[in-house]
Amino acid sequence: MLRVNVLGGSGYTGGEVLRILATHPMVEVGIVTSSSNAGKPLHQLHPNLRGVLDLTFSPRERLDHAEVLMVCVPHGRAMEMMPQLLQNADKVIDLSADHRLRDPADYPTWYGITHPHPENLQRFVYGVPELHREQLRSATAASGPGCMATAANLAMLPLFKAGLVEERHIIVDVKIGSSAAGVEVNISTHHPERANVVRAYAPTGHRHTAEVEQELAPYNGGRKPRIDLSAHAVDMVRGILATCHLRPRGEVTDKDLWKAYRDAYGAEPFVRVVNQKAGLHQLPNPKVLLGSNFGDVGFQLDPRGERIVAFGAIDNLVKGAAGSAVASMNLMCGLPERTGLEFPGLHPV
Amino acid sequence: MVECTECGATLAMNEDTEVGELITCGDCGADLEVTGMTPPMVQLAPQEEEDWGE
Repeated sequence: MLRVNVLGGSGYTGGEVLRILATHPMVEVGIVTSSSNAGKPLHQLHPNLRGVLDLTFSPRERLDHAEVLMVCVPHGRAMEMMPQLLQNADKVIDLSADHRLRDPADYPTWYGITHPHPENLQRFVYGVPELHREQLRSATAASGPGCMATAANLAMLPLFKAGLVEERHIIVDVKIGSSAAGVEVNISTHHPERANVVRAYAPTGHRHTAEVEQELAPYNGGRKPRIDLSAHAVDMVRGILATCHLRPRGEVTDKDLWKAYRDAYGAEPFVRVVNQKAGLHQLPNPKVLLGSNFGDVGFQLDPRGERIVAFGAIDNLVKGAAGSAVASMNLMCGLPERTGLEFPGLHPV
Repeated sequence: MVECTECGATLAMNEDTEVGELITCGDCGADLEVTGMTPPMVQLAPQEEEDWGE
């Protein structure tokens, strides 16, 4: 059994990590810290874990050595603590944004901060198995991915791998549920403001753009494609739909697109190509993915030409955070990637 | 084996499949009509148009 500690277990991402680990057959959850909730039972903040994981939150000082440490503290904090945290476990997975970007210069650009330990950035493998499976197998540190970036990357990866699209004029339109904003509240998350909303909250400059450009660059001759991402808050608690508009490179047919997606994902355990001519939800829809680690991708070729629309749908807290982290942990620890992650989602919900 | 005319998926056909039978592509969901067996051939089956009552 792997002993896994969780640093910062009181937020939504921490709660989701704990939910998955609670039934993981090869994991024993050790210390779960929360600086503001030390001494309280986990189920006070994660009521779904009542009777499933009967632990109490501990202060950070009680963190001991474990095989794996899941770091679920807010952005900006993990980068300060990481030199010490790397001593606390054989393998560290940071679910914050603090170790996702490989180029230290990207942190001032996209996060407005200078990374205090840029020497750590090359040590972390971007924790999306579909992008870095082999590197993860030998990694001692991995970074959880950004949720919007995951949906967009999964949607567009086959198109770049197959060389079917131009590297500019790429528009990524993201709709996202409220849980992605985290557990901290502000006036815009107050129910009368957040309910029934379709709100453009980051029309330009969203931070996850950097991850999309970084992760697609290896499939674009090493050059970062230009991604223009706009994010919208919509009336869901969980879920992301990324709708990506790209220009085809030369003449592209439906069968070319099918081949590209089959080649990319035919053997992938957690990505499904959804492009159906019949049945319910004929293109990816996060509604059927809630709680699951699956990512659904699909596409449509504009019959007028000059546009491919690619879709990526995930549960932001699972495939976009905790699920990818556990899949990365499985690979890093020599376990089958699917272990603990088989839940197929609910329907109807 | 036969190729889906819509998405290029390879479809297996049973020995007792008959000409005129409808089969569904597991990848794209297209309904395909079997038009021949030696060699196996399919074409997109006629689709019902959606009518939203307008």
